[in-house]
Amino acid sequence: MSQLLRIATAGSVDDGKSTLIGRLLFDGKAIFEDQLGAIETASAARGFDGPDLALFTDGLRAEREQGITIDVAYRYFATPKRKFIIADTPGHIQYTRNMVTGASTADVALILIDARNGVLEQSRRHAFLATLLGIPHLVLCVNKMDLVDYSQERFNEIRTEFEAFASKLEVRDLTFIPVSALTGDNVVTPSAAMPWYEGPALLGYLEELHVASDRNLIDARMPVQYVIRPQQADFHDFRGYAGTVAGGVFRPGDEVVVLPSGFSTMVTNVWGPGGTKLDEAFTGQAVTIELADNLDISRGDMLCRPNNRPVSTQDVDAMICWMDSDLTLATDATYTMLHTTRDTRVSVKELEYRLDINTLHRVEEAPSLGLNEIGRVRLRTQKPLHFDAYRRNRDTGSFVLIDEATNNTVAAGMILGPSQNEPNIVWHSGAVTREHRRTRGMTLWLTGLSGSGKSSVAVEIERRLVAAGQPAYILDGDNLRHGLNSDLGFSPEDRQENVRRVTQVARLMADAGVVAIVSLVSPYRADRDAARAAHDADEIPFLEIFMDTPLEVAEARDTKGLYAKARAGEIKDFTGINAPYEAPLRPDLLLRPSDGDAGTLAGIVIDRVEQT
Amino acid sequence: MTQTYVLTDLDKLEAEAVHIFREVAATIERPALLFSGGKDSVVMLHLAAKAFWPAPVPFPVMHIDTGQNFDEVIEFRDRTVERFGLRLIVASVQDDIDAGRVAEIGGPLGPRNKLQTVSLLRGIKENQFGAVFGGARRDEEKARAKERVFSFRDEFGQWDPKNQRPELWSLYNGRHHKGENMRVFPLSNWTELDIWNYILREQIDLPDLYYAHQRTVVERDNMLFVVNRFIEPGPGEQPFEATVRFRTIGDATCTGCVESAAATREAVVAEVAAARITERGATRADDAISEAGMEDRKKEGYF
Repeated sequence: MSQLLRIATAGSVDDGKSTLIGRLLFDGKAIFEDQLGAIETASAARGFDGPDLALFTDGLRAEREQGITIDVAYRYFATPKRKFIIADTPGHIQYTRNMVTGASTADVALILIDARNGVLEQSRRHAFLATLLGIPHLVLCVNKMDLVDYSQERFNEIRTEFEAFASKLEVRDLTFIPVSALTGDNVVTPSAAMPWYEGPALLGYLEELHVASDRNLIDARMPVQYVIRPQQADFHDFRGYAGTVAGGVFRPGDEVVVLPSGFSTMVTNVWGPGGTKLDEAFTGQAVTIELADNLDISRGDMLCRPNNRPVSTQDVDAMICWMDSDLTLATDATYTMLHTTRDTRVSVKELEYRLDINTLHRVEEAPSLGLNEIGRVRLRTQKPLHFDAYRRNRDTGSFVLIDEATNNTVAAGMILGPSQNEPNIVWHSGAVTREHRRTRGMTLWLTGLSGSGKSSVAVEIERRLVAAGQPAYILDGDNLRHGLNSDLGFSPEDRQENVRRVTQVARLMADAGVVAIVSLVSPYRADRDAARAAHDADEIPFLEIFMDTPLEVAEARDTKGLYAKARAGEIKDFTGINAPYEAPLRPDLLLRPSDGDAGTLAGIVIDRVEQT
Repeated sequence: MTQTYVLTDLDKLEAEAVHIFREVAATIERPALLFSGGKDSVVMLHLAAKAFWPAPVPFPVMHIDTGQNFDEVIEFRDRTVERFGLRLIVASVQDDIDAGRVAEIGGPLGPRNKLQTVSLLRGIKENQFGAVFGGARRDEEKARAKERVFSFRDEFGQWDPKNQRPELWSLYNGRHHKGENMRVFPLSNWTELDIWNYILREQIDLPDLYYAHQRTVVERDNMLFVVNRFIEPGPGEQPFEATVRFRTIGDATCTGCVESAAATREAVVAEVAAARITERGATRADDAISEAGMEDRKKEGYF
């Protein structure tokens, strides 16, 4: 099934943008006779020969009078294959905010280049803004090919030049089409004048473009928008959480976690608009979800899955585009932020740099951002945000800022991630207790043979915890032997000292609010019991996780070639071969390779972490 | 069949409209829905009902009554409002004329579309509505193509096209001070054909005027007008019988009809899909006044 396609265009009259859109609409039979009549009348009044198709898109009086496009205009047309929405925006730098607006929901960006002029500053700027706003597909229309004799050589020159520039951007999909909007070559029908071009005409490309995979169907997210409680006889106990799914899939029976409370419950029913019972709800659907437990949930809360949560923090780094003509962005100023269905006050802690959107150079120490300027900022919000990075999810990674005095929308923002450089917190001994810290630490002790899969699982646990906003750090036995334990060998005594040192480091980290993930063979039961006792004494949670991978399997993997060397007698005291491994008697968790891959095993661990 | 997780165009438009209704209900005090009995407002009400199911629509509807309506439409309006169990507020243009707040243009049977603005603004003010839902679509007209989904109106109810709030993603800023209000257009991205496809899919009831029927009409300015108590044949105008239907329904003095044999939803969908003239171009005498007719009326506070 084809899907509604949202197109963003940017450019000025000089590029022939309006002519191109006019041509698409006209040849695509989307301009109606009375509209064409009105344009013909207006064109004649201005002394033009034929209909000026730009008059079709320039809707406001000031635009027609000045012959420029000021604001985003939305145009609609459909072919038998697909429905299209064009957000048509002006190309000049003083209308950057309009371009950003049009680009925010687009699936594909059309960028026009005049074949005679090649890649100009404006084309580069448009391409940059398209990628900044995360438009997945970029199409370069090399226009006015009729004026360069339909030259393949010229087309290739431009293509090479643009590709070199695009390599600096995050472009996911880039296509070049040689066209002539004036004559219609390669706009709706393939051009006879350019037999060397084997690709589709622009309209054909747009009709076939696959965009279904651009959505995030992995990370289940639903910001609660509105709570529906009919309080009528037929639906006396009905309590539905209405919202638009912002990522992933929700099904009845799914376990969900509600943020910020962190309570978990189960989806009992998923309803479409008007009470259509659904088997599942996916990204983009407006639904109402019923949950098993009566929890205190209100607008602004976020539903997600226990093992896949958005980042929750009050400190975020973001790119923002300033959109207000009267005010400028000021450090330490306070704004209202709209993010998903949440609003919160936010203050700008730091303007890290302003980006020159023509050269892409960073202007450090910029004092402020004015209209149409883009920069990177560090923000602190009053309430925690539950977000994903914009590049992963446009719905949960975007926000706008509102000036509290005028109520105007003054900036649009794209979240990069949690703040990289939070200010150092200075504390005196005893002033801060564990309860005061933003996160609670613990130690996860992964024990098992060399090659049992400890490291892979540890890496996956760390990645997921950090993504969920929980600081975590891997203490890997091999790595620690390069530094902290570089003086130790593999005798039972040295192994005991090795475990003791790692225990102390893990305990300190956990006390500081970090989840310490120890990945250590630690073959002796007594050493591990000592590690647990050290944690128990400080009331720090400790989970012993046994990677129960049989020796044959670990040896067959032999990722580091150590088993072979041990068998050949090159390594002494190698656990499992010529040194003992004492398996835990009562591990807190037991993981086997047959339970799944590293990701699955990490999920099991994290579930357990959440219960601790 | 493998689940491809792709919404149809209509499902996508429906989801967007439902999102907008919920957003307003959650963030703006005292919303109201403009309901005339015309197809766009009927579709809007249908969507509002779906958005809040199983709860009732949490706001009243308001009709700006020019006093020059088709009788069938008023009956349909009252029937529909009752079926949904809603409160109907009528802001009457006649009241404003009688109170001397507006003067009639072209005598008692002159067009009252322009006069509606005063009644609309009064209705909003008297009821302290923070947001008013309108059924305007961007495909209707070039000034509407530039308007936001959440469109801010100042304390005089006016639209400033050059100073609109940026509107990105699906983040809508409905904040306003007391005395100001928002106009909200949940059908912004729908086309006439989408509306009809949806009416067909959802089997939505409309006034019979939308389907082909016999009428006595006159031809005026290349449009057909029904002869009734508002429209009398002028000099040289010869009334004749025709099978017609209405593509839009507004003030009876300036809404024309088109010759059509489309008597069912299916037939209308087929007709609209093949149409080569926009609905406003075909049947609205008031929009043809000037190149910026709609923009000027909107600036004054029109829908």
